Amino acid sequence: MKIGRIDKGIGVFELDDGSTIPMGEMHVVISTDSYTVHPLFFPGGDIGKLAAVGSINDVVVMGAKPVAMLDAIVVEEGFPMKSLETIMNSMLRVLTEEGVALLGGDVKVMPRGGVDGVVITTTCIGVTDKVITDSGLVPGDSIVISGTIAEHGATIMALQAGLEVEGELKSDCEPLTKVIEIAKSIGEIHAAKDITRGGLASSLNELAEKSNVTILVDEDKIPISENVRVYCEMLGIDPLVLASEGRALIGIPSSRAEELVRELRKAGYRQATIIGRVVDRSRYNVLLETVAGGRRILEKPLGEIVPRIC
Amino acid sequence: MLKENSMEILRKFRDRKLIQAVSKSIEKIAKKLDYVRIMHVCGTHEHTITFFGLRSLLPDNVELIAGPGCPVCIVPAREVDEAIEIVFSGIRVYTYGDMYRVPGTKMSLADARSEGADVKVVYGFNDAIRLHMKDRKKSVFFAVGFETTAPTLAAFISRRLIPDDLMILPSFRLTVPIMKYILSSFDINIDGIICPGHVSTIVGASAWSFIPRISGIPAVVAGFEPLDVMLAVFSILKMILEGKPRLVNEYSRAVSWRGNITAKRYVREVFYRADGEWRGIGRVKRSRLLLRKRFKHLDARSRLSVSVDTGPEFKPGCRCADIILGKAKPTDCPLFMRACTPDRPQGPCMVSSEGTCSIWAKYGGYERIQWHYD
Repeated sequence: MKIGRIDKGIGVFELDDGSTIPMGEMHVVISTDSYTVHPLFFPGGDIGKLAAVGSINDVVVMGAKPVAMLDAIVVEEGFPMKSLETIMNSMLRVLTEEGVALLGGDVKVMPRGGVDGVVITTTCIGVTDKVITDSGLVPGDSIVISGTIAEHGATIMALQAGLEVEGELKSDCEPLTKVIEIAKSIGEIHAAKDITRGGLASSLNELAEKSNVTILVDEDKIPISENVRVYCEMLGIDPLVLASEGRALIGIPSSRAEELVRELRKAGYRQATIIGRVVDRSRYNVLLETVAGGRRILEKPLGEIVPRIC
Repeated sequence: MLKENSMEILRKFRDRKLIQAVSKSIEKIAKKLDYVRIMHVCGTHEHTITFFGLRSLLPDNVELIAGPGCPVCIVPAREVDEAIEIVFSGIRVYTYGDMYRVPGTKMSLADARSEGADVKVVYGFNDAIRLHMKDRKKSVFFAVGFETTAPTLAAFISRRLIPDDLMILPSFRLTVPIMKYILSSFDINIDGIICPGHVSTIVGASAWSFIPRISGIPAVVAGFEPLDVMLAVFSILKMILEGKPRLVNEYSRAVSWRGNITAKRYVREVFYRADGEWRGIGRVKRSRLLLRKRFKHLDARSRLSVSVDTGPEFKPGCRCADIILGKAKPTDCPLFMRACTPDRPQGPCMVSSEGTCSIWAKYGGYERIQWHYD
């Protein structure tokens, strides 16, 4: 056994959403992440929900059924108990709904100023008989997205900019368990990934780079809610680089893609749609046909996300 | 709320079918023309062109060139050094996020802050005033920008709304004089100009009437949506073909002939025009705004006796100077996306979000995409 991997499992070098431990016919899938968000409470969730959903999704997009979670919470001295309770309850609600057991955890208090409110680390463990990676795309696949992008990122950016968002914007923070279940039932998933930090632009680039293919995307097809569009326009931010916390990209042979979209829509994911297709590797990871019909490279997000001033 | 309305307008100006139709018309005219070089002088125009992939919708013999359209990129290194000297003397400096990271001859204000200096990033002058009222600390506002940014500050000054102990370090530059400079240069060949829309809302379309009159080339004041830019290109090509260069205001939904009279009055009252250095370009006549005598008490330069040495404007190898003038593309620079990236910018054009290098790096403006997948 070498450091970074167990047998033929997925380890640290793959930089996938999670790692796997082969156990005979089965695989244990495990993923860990630390969660910080400002503000801690936002329309559509709070840091507790985010911490539970985030690690669950990392396990889910690797094709696994999440079964257990561990958490570690660091709280700033003087942080209101009531708020901490609310955060814990949101976390537990997600776990209950998903049937994921909280097996253990740890709470530490740090001196005032040592940490910004609350930081939560969660580790999620799942099991599967078939692992889905983010590197298995082949030419001829279609890329299906499970819903509108940038809801979480736009909500947080707008709140940080001091804008009122209640009733207008809402984080999309939610588990992807059902989405991947539906996709698995259709079969032949070549790759899956949840869109998180760096947004759609980052996830597509990773998928293409790791699979050694080029992805062609039609910007017109990317589902974006009207309110997110308006806020992004106002703040001068590209929604393609804003985070989601409950959206998946699924690579599936084009012959099955329409069926997947149909099934997802039937199950309530009404904005699910095909946004692009996979072709032989060219010099670029992702090429975008823009809303205006022009063509450009869709780059990985670089530098900080700064609102454009003029 | 006006948002439904404004999104509807945006949608029309981004309509793929309309834009493709204009692209076809452009192609038709371009067939009858030689190589055409069209320059714009606004970072936001470059953003629109790159972000929407408009260069891929133009024929091979029509080139869109980014001129000096970034107000942050062209602030001379020595003026950044002045701000740095001020902040190291214990006075707080307020500045915009873009300016904060632009290197002077030795370091940027961001570097100064990491060494403990009191630099605060603000979105506008009113933020600086708000923070100043709260903290009551002797401070300086590092005022950069084109004709668009100067009026807000001028209005505050004119109405005597500047708190005590808040001084101004003016580093404004003007786009009309730089356009005159470019058009009179012998080594820059331009066949048409897309005039900056935002600046024109202030100065008025009439400010550009010298372009066809003196240089004999067409000029179009254009908005910032893809259809605006495509129509501007179409209009320029048409005027070239007909041999009748004129000034056209495509952005009439925002720009009037005379501009914003009130804004111009404030600027005239508070500032006078002086010759000014532009980073990578040199001295440009009457291109800089300085505080008039009766407002000298607000001027950080005269109150603090700032003195800095001159030093190199750019790092070795950096081609920002040529890129600012449209003589080179970012991809012509040996540092672009190698030593110089948005995460580790080496020159001002990569630092500022209005800079051509930064826009190309973030939105894949490297080249016309060969798209053989249809």
